[in-house]
Amino acid sequence: MTVILKTEGLNKVFRQGGLMRSRQIKALNDVNITVEGDKPVVISVVGESGSGKTTLAKTLLRLEAPSSGRATVYDTVVTDTRSLGKRAFLGLVQPIFQNPFEAFSRYRPIDAYLLETATRVANLSGGAAEAAVADTLRSVGLDYAEVRGKYTNQFSGGELQRVSVARALIPQPKLIVADEPVSMIDASRRMIIINLFKKLRDEAGRSFLYITHDLATAYYISDYIVVMSKGQVVEFGAARDVMNNPQHAYTRLLLDSIPTTRSRWRQRAVPTAS
Amino acid sequence: MITLNDLKIGYRIGSRVIKAVDGITLTIPDGCIVGVAGESGCGKSTLMKAIYGDIRSPMSLLGGDISYGMNGADGRPVTTANIQKEWFRSVSYIPQSSMNSLNPVIRIRDQFIDFPGTDRNKSRVLERAREHLGKLGLPAETMESYPHQLSGGMRQRVMIALATFFEPALIIADEPTTALDVVVQKEILMLLMDVQERMGNTILVVSHDMGVHYQTTDKMLIMYAGRVVEYGDTESVFADPQHAYTRMLIDSLPTIGDDSMRGVLASLAGAGGDRAFRVEPELIEVKPNHFVARPSLGEVAA
Repeated sequence: MTVILKTEGLNKVFRQGGLMRSRQIKALNDVNITVEGDKPVVISVVGESGSGKTTLAKTLLRLEAPSSGRATVYDTVVTDTRSLGKRAFLGLVQPIFQNPFEAFSRYRPIDAYLLETATRVANLSGGAAEAAVADTLRSVGLDYAEVRGKYTNQFSGGELQRVSVARALIPQPKLIVADEPVSMIDASRRMIIINLFKKLRDEAGRSFLYITHDLATAYYISDYIVVMSKGQVVEFGAARDVMNNPQHAYTRLLLDSIPTTRSRWRQRAVPTAS
Repeated sequence: MITLNDLKIGYRIGSRVIKAVDGITLTIPDGCIVGVAGESGCGKSTLMKAIYGDIRSPMSLLGGDISYGMNGADGRPVTTANIQKEWFRSVSYIPQSSMNSLNPVIRIRDQFIDFPGTDRNKSRVLERAREHLGKLGLPAETMESYPHQLSGGMRQRVMIALATFFEPALIIADEPTTALDVVVQKEILMLLMDVQERMGNTILVVSHDMGVHYQTTDKMLIMYAGRVVEYGDTESVFADPQHAYTRMLIDSLPTIGDDSMRGVLASLAGAGGDRAFRVEPELIEVKPNHFVARPSLGEVAA
């Protein structure tokens, strides 16, 4: 059995304020999650703003160093920068960010990022790099010929996010950390990205850590769900168990707040004047 | 009652004109919440700006007109030409990510004094503002805070408080909850419904989340490519959508607890998600208060 993702006593403390009157904020407070298995999985992390879900993603991506504790991805300790070099790390874990228009510069053609990832991270050269770029673009439903030389403003949000998925796939990482990858995209087009994750899990064997506040898509795609509140994990388990039988009051509050199209929160007091 | 009559709005870019609203004719009755849905670029924000009367270059009115069915402060009927005088008093606008449109360097109390059209007597304004914030469930300390000291949800409540300060007859809310979390989103939507029930005004809510619409609105307006695809009572539109595009928007949401949907959602990827529709400008009434665009030859491939 492989340890897909394991965090042990992960803490992250931020200090706010001056030297004399500083305040500690525990963005991650003793986070312990273990997901083991042989098949690739999608793990969703849900919670409100300030719950620590983005800090968790940043810690796994080495964008923030944890105050204490460690994290393991596919049997490799990723929080130790000495034992695992940068290139090896980027070959194991890759990010997808919330807003692709901010993640890529608007003054640079988008394929430059793809080629750069292929040459610098995946260590490919010349023709092999181009072939890898073309391959990954095809796997997200895009054509290299149509992407080549274009700038970010020539794409829709959904297309550009597909390009960033393709970029993340080039080094063939085991785990892709996606921080709110669909919150900038129209509700009716979100499922294109979500279904793409599902396809990549099932067909290409990639695992995903999907950070979101949208419980509906989390339920739809996940194998495991982590519910976070104020830096702590309040509930963790198989997606179906957590959503169909929530144990923690906070999970129930989140579930109750989803605007569904089945039953109304309350009847309107004013009938439609017509 | 707001009546749109063959409204056409475009953007002039150089010598080109891009039509964003392409011939919309409909009436919006008083005292209801109308949801406006559609994907990015369908013209919903342009239509809202036009109804608000904020038509500035490069945006221009290409044809048609809007009648608001109300009289202004000077007793004359409000039209697109003079609605600017009614801003805040009878018509107010809550823009996208509006929690960031509060003046960051002044306290909330001063935002009320700073407001166009308020009373010269500051203490009277503050008294009213305090009372008004209380009604919207904001604690009294909010008045003394600066915007950065408040959370996104609190700032959005303050924006709603400012927009409803004069109890306007029409409020336009463009994606009022897009950047907020589900828990806060529910509170804000409930607040909007409370406000509407208390003041009896008309609220237009723009959102691309069909769940938000189902929970909040009395009527639904579905737009596609600058035209109206479907318009009718919310219950009727959701229970029995007439147009394939409306059905696609409703079906694009996964549902929790529905295991038949889990993992097999109508595979929008590639197929439905990129589908293009042809929409005719003419609406026909299929049921009482439920209109749909006259069917053309049907869907055309993208």
